[in-house]
Amino acid sequence: MRWGWKQPSVIPGFGLTLGYTLLYLSLVVLLPLSALFVRSAALSWEEFWDIITQPRVVASYRLTLGTSLVGASMNVVFGFIVAWCLVRYRFPGRRLLDALVDLPFALPTAVSGIALTTIYSQHGWLGRHLEPLGIKAAFSPLGITIALTFIGLPFVVRTVQPALEELDDEAEQAAASLGATRWQAFWRVIVPSVLPAVVTGFALAFARALGEYGSVVFIAGNMPLKTEITSLLIVTKLEQYDYAGATAIAATMLVASFVILLVINTFQWWVSRSYQRGV
Amino acid sequence: MSGPAAPPRRVPAARRAADDPLWLKIVLIAIACGFIGLFLVLPLVVVFTEAFRDGVAAYVRSVREPAAWQAIKLTLITTAIAVPLNLVFGLAASWAITKFEFRGKSVLITLIDLPFAVSPVISGLIYVLLFGMQGWLGPWLSRHNIQIIFAVPGIVLATVFVTFPFVARELIPLMQEQGKDEEQAAISLGAGGWQTFWRVTLPNIKWGLLYGVILCNARAMGEFGAVSVVSGHIRGKTNTIPLHVEILYNEYNVVAAFAMASLLAFLGLVTLAAKSFLEWKVQQQLRETLEPTTMESLS
Repeated sequence: MRWGWKQPSVIPGFGLTLGYTLLYLSLVVLLPLSALFVRSAALSWEEFWDIITQPRVVASYRLTLGTSLVGASMNVVFGFIVAWCLVRYRFPGRRLLDALVDLPFALPTAVSGIALTTIYSQHGWLGRHLEPLGIKAAFSPLGITIALTFIGLPFVVRTVQPALEELDDEAEQAAASLGATRWQAFWRVIVPSVLPAVVTGFALAFARALGEYGSVVFIAGNMPLKTEITSLLIVTKLEQYDYAGATAIAATMLVASFVILLVINTFQWWVSRSYQRGV
Repeated sequence: MSGPAAPPRRVPAARRAADDPLWLKIVLIAIACGFIGLFLVLPLVVVFTEAFRDGVAAYVRSVREPAAWQAIKLTLITTAIAVPLNLVFGLAASWAITKFEFRGKSVLITLIDLPFAVSPVISGLIYVLLFGMQGWLGPWLSRHNIQIIFAVPGIVLATVFVTFPFVARELIPLMQEQGKDEEQAAISLGAGGWQTFWRVTLPNIKWGLLYGVILCNARAMGEFGAVSVVSGHIRGKTNTIPLHVEILYNEYNVVAAFAMASLLAFLGLVTLAAKSFLEWKVQQQLRETLEPTTMESLS
């Protein structure tokens, strides 16, 4: 059937709802976001480059990327185990465990921030036992990693869980009946089929970690060049009325997170396409 | 937390081929519970323990302090504005997207999700760039004595931005799965647009809608980064609960900070409980609305 840009329909309200959607979207999201890019375009390329390559800024990128990578990797390992237990095993408290996974979504970041700091600081609940071992948890990159692990867990569990549920036993049983050990079946049959979900979960946790602020600022210590994450650096620049600096760093960070999300989407599209071709 | 080692329930023989040995189950469940306990439950326990460390009287005193009370009020006002705005938007957007076919739909869906991809700090920054003294509209606003940044309107705007996708994001997949047959039937039987919406669509999506509103509400009350950038931290004036928590904590007023934090943690727990309940309700309703069509197609 041929139609213009919209298929005819008997249901009313298209103009009203789409019009309102576009107006509200433009006012609340698009216009303010464009302000960021227009403002950074006002800088010359050299100025922009100067700002985003200052040693303090580069150190913050390195720290943010490094801790986000480690945090997201921790989430992959433990998130997979949690998802596996939730899907495969039946044990008392399973429903509770399932509900608790969403806690980082439900708990405001400032609350988790001060709670984690209280646990891992020098005199804290766990911190005082780590201190004699020479482990400085709070106010160090380790503390940032802990906060990012906390914040990212639901992303991995909630993407891997449905993938494990959809997995049918037939392939596994076939592998077993053909003489594969449980371990072989796991690596050759299960892992390849849930790998796309694991990668997506990793990327989502990673993207979230890059921009995280509330749960990190308390535990980070915020020492320039050492424990200062990029989000915090933006706030610091803003507090010093360095609008150009804040804008340039924010634009860089925003582009980075858009690229990550674009990669995730392309990857998912590619996986679903090659999967369809395989079928 | 419950103990890990539980005898596996009776499973169908077909499933048993893919079953793990008992020792592995015990180890994995222990790791899962240990990890969740250490990383997720322990912080929650800390919040309530620290809040009540000096007794109930100290707790009540911290919550009833005027600045704390102001923060609670501002949080409630902000949420009362931001959630309904995004609720109306969510309904409009999901109606347009799921009841009609038009070009550019997937782009629109991506744009609606955009605020989730933006770091909280940047979400605040963009409003400062727009309305702040050095921003586009700043000079004009200050000539007309309107203050947005470092004032309540800025806090509301930043909150609206960060909670923007929640309702739409819940409703779009739900309404897509429900299709538009029922609405088309109602319209062709002579019902008006609003009538169709109130009598047909809304009853079908009510649990999903509530789910979206609850998530939106939790984020609106707990948002820290974005609000922190636009608020200016004026005590008793532009502090929401999370910002007040920060100030108290940085002043080493730990009990008061955790007392305020416990309010938010309690809200988080209620949200989790409501979420689990509503997920179940949404699934149930989806089955109910989908069943008649499946039966028709079978006959």
